[in-house]
Amino acid sequence: MTTATGYNFAYLDEQTKRMIRRAILKAVAIPGYQVPFGSREMPLPYGWGTGGIQVTASVIGSADVLKVIDQGADDTTNAVSIRRFFARTAGVATTRRTTEATIIQTRHRIPETPLREGQILVYQVPIPEPLRWLEPRESETRKMHALADYGVMHVKLYEDIARHGRIATSYDYPVLVNDRYLMRPSPIPKFDNPKMHMNPALQLFGAGREKRIYAVPPYTKVVSLDFEDHPFEVQRWDDCCALCGAADSYLDEVITDDRGGRIFVCSDSDYCTGRIGP
Amino acid sequence: MNETPLLRVTGLSRYYGERVGCRDIDFDLWPGEVMGIVGESGSGKTTLLDCLSGRRPPSAGRVEFTLRDGSQVDLFAMPEPRRRLLMRTDWGIVHQNPRDGLRMGVSAGANVGERLMAVGRRNYRQIRGAAAAWLEKVEIEAGRIDDQPTTYSGGMLQRLQIARTLVSGPRLVFMDEPTGGLDVSVQARLLDLLRGLVTDLGLAAVVVTHDLAVVRLLAHRLMVMRRGEVVEAGLTDQVLDDPHHPYTQLLVSSILQT
Repeated sequence: MTTATGYNFAYLDEQTKRMIRRAILKAVAIPGYQVPFGSREMPLPYGWGTGGIQVTASVIGSADVLKVIDQGADDTTNAVSIRRFFARTAGVATTRRTTEATIIQTRHRIPETPLREGQILVYQVPIPEPLRWLEPRESETRKMHALADYGVMHVKLYEDIARHGRIATSYDYPVLVNDRYLMRPSPIPKFDNPKMHMNPALQLFGAGREKRIYAVPPYTKVVSLDFEDHPFEVQRWDDCCALCGAADSYLDEVITDDRGGRIFVCSDSDYCTGRIGP
Repeated sequence: MNETPLLRVTGLSRYYGERVGCRDIDFDLWPGEVMGIVGESGSGKTTLLDCLSGRRPPSAGRVEFTLRDGSQVDLFAMPEPRRRLLMRTDWGIVHQNPRDGLRMGVSAGANVGERLMAVGRRNYRQIRGAAAAWLEKVEIEAGRIDDQPTTYSGGMLQRLQIARTLVSGPRLVFMDEPTGGLDVSVQARLLDLLRGLVTDLGLAAVVVTHDLAVVRLLAHRLMVMRRGEVVEAGLTDQVLDDPHHPYTQLLVSSILQT
């Protein structure tokens, strides 16, 4: 693909990238803390990954290999267009293979293949503030973070158990990072929460509309909130993947016809393809 | 233990620019004692209560509280995390409008359990058990524990707010017009309930109201406020039966005699 001319490397100008890198450095230094930054207008609508794109644009170099996933898949609209965006504006190599990528921008999933040191996982975040649902005032939520005043977060989990008999929150499940900051892991399924814990890769979170960046550095403790008598647990399925037979991956339900036919397939398309074989 | 007052207020003033919210308030509150504050609207009752309960910094003066270990702390000099912890454990605030004190979006059980979870209780069954026990104490049916407060009547909301406040076993409760906006029979039941709880738990309380019947029932001591200043203070029955200050005389004589 030809590289677009007339744009700076990776679209954003250098001053903006410096500003975002400063925010990222601060975020890495204080795991889980939301750093405000001057979010820019990007050539795609809010909610499509403007935060993630800005973070990726600031950390990407010409030697990087980029992978973009949307709900685990490499071939959905959002993933394809963001991948092409960076191929055109930065001329970087792109891949669908988790193991080959140095930067993975993701929406709503963490790849099944374990990440390694040196890789960067960039999350697109719609709402960064975990306390927002119970406290609408920003001044107050900041104070609650500053004082680590997080007890009320369990009210939400209590309410889940009272209504459903178990913790029914299944995505964007709140976590405590490094025993200090409460963090929203973006709308990944809670199936992926354990993968964040002590992950060797650097995890960066960008919220474009809300203008916040936060991070989980490599090998950082990430604990999902729970009750003693209702411990945190991940989703399980009775089926395995209809394509590759995997029993250990996050499965999507796919409707195959209008007579009630349905199959379960891996949501991580690269993992599934890799298991089927070349 | 009983030699230091639970709450000691000295020279408390609060100004809003040129205007006076309340001026030069001094009093001691002893453990287990209920103090009533009465006065017409605009007399500075709520300003005083906000200052006492740490929600509004005073312009001058001190509010000292005696902790469980017997040491005294200055409310506005202590670090904020400790003040927040204090407000959630040793203190309770009952708002005039229960919607201000409750979380309307979550069930009654979660409302009552919130303070327990906020101080670190993490066992669902115990939290729920405590919530159910408190709902029973304030005469709310156990079957309504999972209902939203929006489905409750006004009197039930106020009782739910009281349960939510008392669940952490506070030693001092601030009440702002606890019976405001309720009809007479519900008021009577609520007062009965409050009086029982205050006696059983040995709570100290500061009750702000414009209803003299409420203080006669609940309060041991009474302060009458006017234009931000205390014009008369003393034992409730004494003040109400033998008012000295002309304003108190006016206040007492303005009650409809039946």
